[in-house]
Amino acid sequence: MLRPVLALALVLLTVPFCAGAREAAPVGQDPAIERRMMVLAQELRCLVCQNQTLADSQAPLAADLRQEIRELMQKGQSDEQIKQYLVARYGDFVLYRPPLRSETWFLWFGPAVLLVGGLTALYLVLLRRRRLAGAEPLNADQEQRALALLSEDEGQPS
Amino acid sequence: MRYLRYLIPLAAFLVLTGFLFKGLWMDPHIVPSPLIDKPAPAFRLTQVADPAKSISRDDLLGKVWVLNVWASWCATCHEEHPLLVDLSKTGLVPIYGLVYKDTRADALKLLDQQGNPYVAALFDPDGRVGIDYGVYAVPETYVIDKTGTVRFKQIGPITPEVLHDKIVPLIRKLNA
Repeated sequence: MLRPVLALALVLLTVPFCAGAREAAPVGQDPAIERRMMVLAQELRCLVCQNQTLADSQAPLAADLRQEIRELMQKGQSDEQIKQYLVARYGDFVLYRPPLRSETWFLWFGPAVLLVGGLTALYLVLLRRRRLAGAEPLNADQEQRALALLSEDEGQPS
Repeated sequence: MRYLRYLIPLAAFLVLTGFLFKGLWMDPHIVPSPLIDKPAPAFRLTQVADPAKSISRDDLLGKVWVLNVWASWCATCHEEHPLLVDLSKTGLVPIYGLVYKDTRADALKLLDQQGNPYVAALFDPDGRVGIDYGVYAVPETYVIDKTGTVRFKQIGPITPEVLHDKIVPLIRKLNA
């Protein structure tokens, strides 16, 4: 009886600590903007630690850029405008989804082209193999000879 | 003709290996700047030594100049500092510093100890101008021409090779 109560008490005790471990949100932030900023920041790369998003990164530059995004949002800029703002400064590399252009064509479609090419090659190989296997069915005479040869091989002359 | 079947996968393999081999010598931390051949972003900043004096981008139009982004807390900035001092002594080009996310006291102390290569060191405590210039790895160095266009960007410290093979020839060409 006591145990579940104790467990619950422990869980409740840790809750404030979990909350404290998160990055302290600047006071007076609009929660709607904060949410929108975090969604957008998931799409953007931190240039300091390049395998992290702006949302995840602890780098000081990432914190500055998050603040920049908040302020641009407060000024009423759209997500697209904010992306343009960052691309103008840091290049396409900040976008996790690079724009579709002639230079990025291979990046976008290369994997699909390779997959389709591989599947086509596989299909052709299988088709040829089946044709080879079923190419010339034996007639009755040939079948007799084949059986005879096979049984000879096993050392049991008929 | 029959060999072709075997040569196609071999060729594909060699192309792939070629790309991977090239990748071994590429530094993913060096991201080409979209600012090259674009107008340098505008700014108006106070000088680190004198909060009453400010300089804007447009004050520097008409001359080729170098913008060096640095901070006293940045270890690699200390490494490149003697090179900048040497460059400033040649009188080839005016060097302006951008003191990135630092305090005036720390920045001035460093200049006092290690020499001051800058015509003026501009104070950017919150890194706002840094963001406009796409700074992400101090030190960074820009060469800006007479029309205020960014012509070159070095990410990370300047090395003697970069200075002699790229920056100095570029400045000579731009001044010609």
